Amino acid sequence: MSSGRDPQGMPGKAGKPGSGKQGWADGLRKLYDGVVSEPLPDSFEDLLKRLDKEGND
Amino acid sequence: MTRSATAEDTRDTREEADQDAGQSFRNDLVKLLPHLRAFARGLCGQAERADDLVQEAVLRAWTSRNSYKPGTNFKAWVFTITRNNFLNELRRYRRETQLDDGVAETMLVTAADQEDSLHMSDLQRALDRLPPERREALLLIGASGFTYEEAAQVCGVAVGTMKSRVARGRAQLSLLLSESASPGE
Repeated sequence: MSSGRDPQGMPGKAGKPGSGKQGWADGLRKLYDGVVSEPLPDSFEDLLKRLDKEGND
Repeated sequence: MTRSATAEDTRDTREEADQDAGQSFRNDLVKLLPHLRAFARGLCGQAERADDLVQEAVLRAWTSRNSYKPGTNFKAWVFTITRNNFLNELRRYRRETQLDDGVAETMLVTAADQEDSLHMSDLQRALDRLPPERREALLLIGASGFTYEEAAQVCGVAVGTMKSRVARGRAQLSLLLSESASPGE
């Protein structure tokens, strides 16, 4: 997965979100991971049921 | 009889294979849901709208599953559909409001900002102020774990263009964050 990475492109662990410069990268990742770790909201139930039903048809 | 029975067996086997493929596709799609929600949230800045976008995109992926080529990058394929869904909504909003691109984008994210202002970080607010192509570039490379090649594929651009968008997005975001960190200046 790292073949296309620009080693200079993504800053590492520096600063905090809001401090400018490189802190945004960690902040962005935290923002993203925060949503990833949320449980799926109830609004997704109908979608999952539909996929279950049609996946078994 | 033998011939007919064989044809029936073949059909049964094919139906079973289709069902297995459908379940496997469904499972892969469900596994991606948290990542699609995070990507969409980053794109549009508003939780409910982002979830609506994801649900529409997942249904679209599901109904187009026969067009997915097995063995190719599934995550990139589904992210492409989600990203296109967001851009289509943005275009529709521009048409309906008959605003210039930049103004429509600002109006759209400003509306989202107001709804979520109590819950939104400075970073999300700054992200919302980036042009959509820079915002999606930063999200794909900086958070979703795509390589530049994969992100370029998702957005339908050259790898060099993707690198340039990330670099410009990064610079603009840093500037916006430093401004918000020192509001008095």
